[in-house]
Amino acid sequence: MKEKNVLWEFFTSVKLAIFTFLALAATSIIGTIIPQNEPFGFYVENFGPRWATIFKYLNVPDMYHAWWFVSLLVLFSLNLIACSLDRIPNVVRILRKDNLAVDIERLEKRGKNRRLLSALPLEQAADKLRGLLAGSGWSFASRERDGGVLFFAEKGGWTRFGVYTVHGSILVIFIGAIIGSIWGYKASVMIAEGTSTDQVYARDERHTPIPLGFRLRCDRFLLTYYANGMPKDYISDLSVIKDGKVVLQKRIEVNDPLQYAGLTFYQSSYQPIDNQYVIYLKNTTSGAFQNFIVMPLRQMRWEEENVAFGIVERRNPNMLGQYQHKIWFSDGKGSPVSFWVSENQPVRLERPGATYTVEVKQRFATGLQVAKDPGVWPVYIGCTLMLLGLAVVFFMSHRRIWIWVRPEPQGGGCRIVLSGNANKNRDGLEKDLDKIESLLNSSNELQVQGG
Amino acid sequence: MTSSQLLGATTFIYLLATFLYLLVLIFKARRAGILGTAVTLIGVLVQTAGIIMRWVESYQMGIGHAPLSNMYESLVIFSWAIALSYLVIEVIYKNRMLGAFALPFAFASMAYGSFAGEIHREISPLVPALQSNWLLAHVFTCFIGYAAFAVACGIGVLYLLKDRKERNRKAAGRRVVEGEEGVLDLLPPLKTIDEIIHKSIVFGFLWLSAGIITGAVWANSAWGTYWSWDPKETWSLITWFVYAVALHARFTKGWGGRRIAWIAVFGFLSVLFTYYGVNFWLSGLHSYGSS
Ligand code: HEM
Repeated sequence: MKEKNVLWEFFTSVKLAIFTFLALAATSIIGTIIPQNEPFGFYVENFGPRWATIFKYLNVPDMYHAWWFVSLLVLFSLNLIACSLDRIPNVVRILRKDNLAVDIERLEKRGKNRRLLSALPLEQAADKLRGLLAGSGWSFASRERDGGVLFFAEKGGWTRFGVYTVHGSILVIFIGAIIGSIWGYKASVMIAEGTSTDQVYARDERHTPIPLGFRLRCDRFLLTYYANGMPKDYISDLSVIKDGKVVLQKRIEVNDPLQYAGLTFYQSSYQPIDNQYVIYLKNTTSGAFQNFIVMPLRQMRWEEENVAFGIVERRNPNMLGQYQHKIWFSDGKGSPVSFWVSENQPVRLERPGATYTVEVKQRFATGLQVAKDPGVWPVYIGCTLMLLGLAVVFFMSHRRIWIWVRPEPQGGGCRIVLSGNANKNRDGLEKDLDKIESLLNSSNELQVQGG
Repeated sequence: MTSSQLLGATTFIYLLATFLYLLVLIFKARRAGILGTAVTLIGVLVQTAGIIMRWVESYQMGIGHAPLSNMYESLVIFSWAIALSYLVIEVIYKNRMLGAFALPFAFASMAYGSFAGEIHREISPLVPALQSNWLLAHVFTCFIGYAAFAVACGIGVLYLLKDRKERNRKAAGRRVVEGEEGVLDLLPPLKTIDEIIHKSIVFGFLWLSAGIITGAVWANSAWGTYWSWDPKETWSLITWFVYAVALHARFTKGWGGRRIAWIAVFGFLSVLFTYYGVNFWLSGLHSYGSS
């Protein structure tokens, strides 16, 4: 018997677990009622200076990271660790136990035992049983004892570790969360179409710049709508540029971020840039194309193609909500033309020397959230372990069956006693016993009958 | 048949089933019970057809998505999961008395969704943040869990009523006279009811865990944070802790069936608050209630 240590008892008790569950649940409510992460003035205004000061002292404005809440989580983890360390040796002992050394007298007297009679002599009956068990999916052993043969068969011993997998998974998740909070960060950045950045800005009060170690360029931002005017998608075409070369290109949208070098870039917002437009020009005859950032009433030049163009007039949206732009265009062959285009609607332009497509759109800056979280994988692994563990705990059990065969003094046959034990799901065990019983009964040579 | 006709019919079918199960409970009417089962089964089938139709209709409208995207659709799934779980329990335990405690939830959920003024019932397109398969997994898992907890709560109430009656009777030194049994005496024994509560909680706990996890994965894929302590997330965690108490209480001496039954009731209040109250009284990222 181990010396009982008061402190150890405290940390291994399930009562403490129940206390921490309730304490965590109750205190968590506070942060859902009192808005979090607001400036001090907000609390003064809404709760008065006295409460605001108390809140500040107890770190209520960021309660989920407050010392007392974190202490509860630490207590919870210690409880979990101690409790598991205390109980796992027991599980190992149960699994290692010599189940063939049971007290046969007690075994015979167990309630719910099933008793059968066989006409076969002991040795043959035992051999027959061995054959039956070998094909049944149960792992079993047998031993000659007290003039008879005792069989032991079991299934699902490993499922006793299910609970500890669940408990361990919580610790794995915590470890992931800690890794993320130490080595990860959250930041954001706005990138105007056609420009790139090599740094992002931390989500703290001073918006500390964080260097990326590469450049991220926004090639294009797109905003699409459903027919009823609801926004359908926010899309950015991004390029990762390392040492002057594009190494990765991806179209991101909400729920589909870009991942590169341990960082993840999420589409989160956008902003139209006042009085600036993007014009896509393509010479479909030669295949050459280029994007231009254009301000109204400024003449632009596409030197390689000897094209000059500009926006000369703008009109309010048509019925589909698209702005209209009047474009002036000259390519030195034939006289210059001007024509109306709708925003985001490419137009074909037939010229004497070539065919062009022209598209005009508002210039945007895309707003990206940036996250670095090396702890996500431990968290996901923990979550997977938890679900697997819960499924094992709830749907599987460790079932043990003893079959005691002893000679019957009269008639030369033998008597068979079937006894079972399960750590949960007794019904399932009874079904297993039914199955084994009918297996025995259906075997002619055993000629077993209820007895 | 359109989905709204089918789902509208479901509301009345569940009302009828509730009524039939009440007849079983109050007048011990056996034939009403058989009819109740049949009507509930028809309700589940009609509702399943309605859900599938709604799914198909959204594709016909060119904005196809699973019908799990707003408050109304979640109420429908909630009700569907309750009715289905109840049928499973009825088959396993071969007892119809419990129907009067489960079907009212299935009916109330549909009725609230169908008639409340603040609920939008149209099929609407998904805003960008909701366009994710994780959303589907998240809502589906959460509502299976919530439904199991609703069943546990209904049966928990039953346990408490029966338990009180038996204790009063014992205190008065009376016995049950054959032929004069009350409704509660005809229910399965307390131990069996306790077992059903436990199994429902266990089942719900597994799905709620999956719901919280799929929600975290979705949040991480949408904005890079798997957990941000927003009120809805936090309340789901509170609910999770409450049911964790129920799971562990069995290993603590002196926590018998009555306390577990109370946890089933309080836990469900927490579920309702997570599901519904948060949207109306607290602010946060989840937009179900307001949309
Ligand atoms: C949120 C955290 C926890 C979860 C999700 C959890 C989950 C579970 C589950 C599912 C079971 C199996 C219940 C059953 O068989 O019906 C269980 C059992 C148990 N848990 Fe936890 N648990 C948590 C925390 C803790 C803590 C902090 C302790 C510390 C004492 C603890 C101690 C136990 C014990 C002693 C058992 C019984 C194990 C056995 O079958 O021998 N649990 N837990």
